[in-house]
Amino acid sequence: MLQTVAPLPSPSASSPPAPAPAEAAAKIAVSGLNFYYGARRVLEQITVQIRPNEVTALIGPSGCGKSTFLRTLNRMNDIVPGARIDGSVVLDGQDIYASSVDVVDLRRRVGMVFQKSNPFPKSIFDNVAYGLRINRMTRSREDLQGRIEASLKAAALWDEVKDRLHTSALALSGGQQQRLCIARALAVEPEVLLMDEPASALDPIATQRIEELIYQLKSRYTIVIVTHNMQQAARVSDVTAFFWLGRLVECGLTTKIFTAPAEKLTEDYITGRFG
Amino acid sequence: MSSSEQIVRHFQEELEQLKARLLEMGGLAEEQVRLAIKGLVDRDRATLARVLTGDGPLNALHIEVDDRCFTLLALHQPMAVDLRAIVAAVKINTDLERVGDLAVNIAEAAQKYAEHLPVKRLIDIPRMGSIAQGMLRDALDAFVRRDTELAQRVLNEDDALDALKTQIFRELLTYMLQDPSTIEASLELILISRHLERIGDHATNVAEDVIFMVSAKDVRHHAAEG
Repeated sequence: MLQTVAPLPSPSASSPPAPAPAEAAAKIAVSGLNFYYGARRVLEQITVQIRPNEVTALIGPSGCGKSTFLRTLNRMNDIVPGARIDGSVVLDGQDIYASSVDVVDLRRRVGMVFQKSNPFPKSIFDNVAYGLRINRMTRSREDLQGRIEASLKAAALWDEVKDRLHTSALALSGGQQQRLCIARALAVEPEVLLMDEPASALDPIATQRIEELIYQLKSRYTIVIVTHNMQQAARVSDVTAFFWLGRLVECGLTTKIFTAPAEKLTEDYITGRFG
Repeated sequence: MSSSEQIVRHFQEELEQLKARLLEMGGLAEEQVRLAIKGLVDRDRATLARVLTGDGPLNALHIEVDDRCFTLLALHQPMAVDLRAIVAAVKINTDLERVGDLAVNIAEAAQKYAEHLPVKRLIDIPRMGSIAQGMLRDALDAFVRRDTELAQRVLNEDDALDALKTQIFRELLTYMLQDPSTIEASLELILISRHLERIGDHATNVAEDVIFMVSAKDVRHHAAEG
């Protein structure tokens, strides 16, 4: 009798119920999210947990709401006239749509890289320095230079531009411009990086560099990426979320989604049977 | 939109052709097994010789199917059910080629057996032969029809084959103990039963691959239980 009773407490004490740590580990917890452009609802009851230090890929046909969803994560949709949202987006325990939230600070914490690289018509140095200056994040000239070097290194661009930091960013190649935009986003020390088709305008070699970069960055950042390229989603992400007509059809481990998805709709999409 | 549909249709066509090749291989392998057993029972050297020289087409298809799978993977980067179908095809291809090799091994052993006096009237070995052929046929039917129930029946059949092999061994042991001059011939029959059992194992592999292809469930080594 004693033998059976005694060992019981230890396993239950050492292994808490499975769902609890997953909840606690979410960097961003989205729940019951609806998004409207005027009267039209473009996102419908989205509930999903985005885990830290992982790459989450959002896939789905054009117009399925994946880019809109991405933009709800740092309130980029706020500036769209007639846009309305309900539900909640919680970043590290705080609802980002609460009235107390400073949107500028939110966008510093949740950085964004767009489909088309959009460097400012300034020098490479000034592009990366921009966010640091407006956020008053540096203490001295040396500090600024150090942060710019670190950001360019993190974006795997330093070696290519270190000798011409004060030349125009617009003289860089498309792939380099995109990595500069990533460096600019990284300079202000974000926690989350949102990427909206960051490689769709790049050639295969520049694309590969961006993908390698994403892989390296995930140890320090939480990354959410929208991509139309299914192979890219399969290559770079840990988790894949499939959107269709404004609904989140399926979200799961990338290895599972691309080998044995649970939903027929997901399977039809990733095998090219529609979309 | 239409070009993407065309690409999908093209891929599906290629997949159908791949399946057709595997079926052709399955038919050839099954026929080789049938002839090897017939040659054994009839002690017919000509039939056995046909088996020995007859695995050329099977080997050629083995290479062709691998090439097709390789090309489909490289050019179409299939996902999900399509990916599983091609991975299954690669494995089924290897299994069918091995069945062809085993049919040749049976024919070789049957030739040696024919050099001796018959040990006994052959009943259980032809029975094993027809079970193994049936398993092979059902596994391939399951593959074509994506029928997991039929595939599961193939898995269940394997025990019957294993039991017959054990029974044959025990029976031949009594002959060998009684009369040592039957040892050489008996060993050939034991070897043949072993080859037939292996053919059943390959049919089982094919059936497991079918279940994986259709339902993404891995049932090998009782993985589903674990």
